[in-house]
Amino acid sequence: MPAIVAALVPVAYLAWRTGQAGGSAIAEQLGRPRLIEATGRTLMLAGTVTAACLVIGIATAFLVSRTDLRLRAAVNLSASLPLAVPTYVAAFSWRAAFPGAEGFWISALVLTVSSFPYVHLPVAAALSRSDPALEEQSRSLGEGPWRTFFKVTLRQVAPAAVAGALLCALYVFSDFGAVSILNYRTFTQEIYVAWRLGFDHTGALVLASALVLLTLIVLAGEWAAAAPGRRARRESASSRAPVRLPLGRGRPLVYLGLAVLAVLSLGVPGWSLARWTLDGVSTADPAEVWGATWTSLYLSGAAAILTVALVVPVGLYVARRRGPLAAATERIVYVGYALPGVVIGLSLVFMAINVDWVRERFYQTAPLLVFGYAVLLLPLGMGAVKASAAQASPQLGQVAASLGAGPVRRFATITLPLTAPGIAAGAALVFLTAMKELPATLLLRPSGTETLATRLWTYTDVAAFSAAAPYAALIVVVSAVPIWLLSRRIGRQGP
Amino acid sequence: MSELRIEGLRKAFGETVALDGADLAVEEGELVAVLGPSGCGKTTLLRCVAGFERPDGGSITVAGKPIDHLAPQARRIGVVPQEGALFPHLSVGRNVSYGLRGAARSGRVSEVLDLVGLGGYERRMPHELSGGQRQRVALARAMAPRPELILLDEPFSALDAGLRQSLRGQVAAALRTDGATAVLVTHDQDEALSLSGRVAVMRAGRIVQFASPSEVYRSPADSWTASFVGDAVWLEAEVAGGVAATVLGDVGTDAPDGRARLMLRPEQLRLGEGEPNATVAEVEYFGHDALVMLEPMNGERLRARVLGAAPEAGQPVSVTVDGEARAFETA
Repeated sequence: MPAIVAALVPVAYLAWRTGQAGGSAIAEQLGRPRLIEATGRTLMLAGTVTAACLVIGIATAFLVSRTDLRLRAAVNLSASLPLAVPTYVAAFSWRAAFPGAEGFWISALVLTVSSFPYVHLPVAAALSRSDPALEEQSRSLGEGPWRTFFKVTLRQVAPAAVAGALLCALYVFSDFGAVSILNYRTFTQEIYVAWRLGFDHTGALVLASALVLLTLIVLAGEWAAAAPGRRARRESASSRAPVRLPLGRGRPLVYLGLAVLAVLSLGVPGWSLARWTLDGVSTADPAEVWGATWTSLYLSGAAAILTVALVVPVGLYVARRRGPLAAATERIVYVGYALPGVVIGLSLVFMAINVDWVRERFYQTAPLLVFGYAVLLLPLGMGAVKASAAQASPQLGQVAASLGAGPVRRFATITLPLTAPGIAAGAALVFLTAMKELPATLLLRPSGTETLATRLWTYTDVAAFSAAAPYAALIVVVSAVPIWLLSRRIGRQGP
Repeated sequence: MSELRIEGLRKAFGETVALDGADLAVEEGELVAVLGPSGCGKTTLLRCVAGFERPDGGSITVAGKPIDHLAPQARRIGVVPQEGALFPHLSVGRNVSYGLRGAARSGRVSEVLDLVGLGGYERRMPHELSGGQRQRVALARAMAPRPELILLDEPFSALDAGLRQSLRGQVAAALRTDGATAVLVTHDQDEALSLSGRVAVMRAGRIVQFASPSEVYRSPADSWTASFVGDAVWLEAEVAGGVAATVLGDVGTDAPDGRARLMLRPEQLRLGEGEPNATVAEVEYFGHDALVMLEPMNGERLRARVLGAAPEAGQPVSVTVDGEARAFETA
């Protein structure tokens, strides 16, 4: 199972090296105010952003699926679109629009308006799956609309909301680009700085291990939330449209709120990007832009191929088998999901420096960077392969066998045609996500290699906003495609 | 010669014994129903025959040849699963021709589609079909390569009651016309009794009775089977010389002398005008017939099924028994 090895190498190496640093060195690092402050800052930001995302995401989901709001499709779209803007591009656009915008509040604002769709999308999906009859029951038993919302509706969507909130928290933990552009030092930035400045890299290692621990704690919460029994099953097959609550006199207020949200999440980045891009296109060096685009394209292409090659056997295995081994395999592959790009990058670059075999072959090479992408994006590919493997149920294979088809013919005529679209979509998703990856790229790229993301980051660092803007625009274009794919899939998942 | 012969088949999943020495012999061209409650091992039996499960012991032969060692694709045994399992990316025509080779293809496809009443549906996609149509395509697909045997796994359970009944007739007719040998697995008594030439009643991994539907219904092998295949009326009796003395008078039986427990079917109780020996306690009216709860002069309540006009509650009636009673030893 090469996928499992790939998923485990960075964590294992990180743990091993941290352990090797020795207890006293670790204790010394842990005692430093830098670590404690970074923890405090990261938790404060994650807490604020997650809470704000929960409130906004549940509110927009409820408005879209359970009230008589007009232009619901447009509101739904504008609550999904922010995902198309990577947070560091959003941060760049705010920084460029309001010079001097930096620090905690602006970071919290940018991360909130960029990641509330992580709550909105699953909650809206859960609301559309949940049975409106439950709410009707509550109303007929004498509860008002608000009490019904808190006592019935909210309970039904709680698992989806919790899962979304944990995604937000994980996202804040792992975010590197946005907070570094907005100059708010969370863990990821401390790790990067410690790596850049440190002669002795124990500091970076201990910080990275601490971040992994923090992430694992949150992840354990997610697994607990997904435990069987917590997920309410829809009991009847009724697919009636829900009764929509009239907004009444609150209508203007609701529209005002949604307008403000749209301006903050889409308006500001859109306006700022457009303005600076117009500025930048005239001055940009086309050869440089093409070079970065080409580098991004071939690195991401290689990452997509490697990831799919690693993930297809595991995905098919996990989808076919039940039992603890399959579950464990799946969990291991999802480790990459929990690991911030900075951590994977750091661990691999460390390995490249310290392990002779790796250094001679791979230090500062494209293959190492591609491998890093693959570890980071395994879960993404895995999700797609698993979902598509579910299309080809084992029963279909058995029927084909009973009709005389041998294993080769079964794979070619049943399994492959049914899973290929999903696998291709997974590959596309990996490809496009790799194109906008920043922290692991910064750490692992061969010297002189510039991708769209690193160009944007470097130019923003020196406040060359018009030079950075074309890269930001290209990244937005690239990022919009997976969101489109994702929203199409969610659209198809209706009851 | 038997088409399908199963002897002493055993299969366990961990601690759970699914098959505990099951025997079954199905003749060529016959439709046999395996009837049992859920969890009795009937689906496991079918999956072993199809080759999807490997039995722990016993033997399966088709046309005299053992097939235990063969992969599913080499067995020439067609399967119709519970919900059809049509290949979703292939048209009806390509689904049906999946198991066919060579030139005879298109002719055979339209032939079997005609048999299941779906002639001309070749170009439809599975998602454009209703549940009943999907099941019929699944049957046509299984029949197309003229397999040695067709296995049907609760093929009607996902359909609603009305559709189920009309589909049963069509399926039985299609199988008969094609001369196919088939084994149908079901937990539905009506389905088993109405559809098949012979019924194998299965319980806890064994076949407890294998006989014609009427024999299974009239003289079940044991009291469990009696209650399982239909409503049963139980009477305590004293038997002497082929006549059982009961609260309803004398009833003919094949039981030996002594105490016995008699089983009657509710429709064997006849209500008449003569000397009353019971009163009507409750009536459940269904239109075409009615279930009447009777209270005999001395004894426990009994259930009778009455065609046509039903009596009123509280009315005294004379109850006689039509036909013979099946006797079981007192437990």
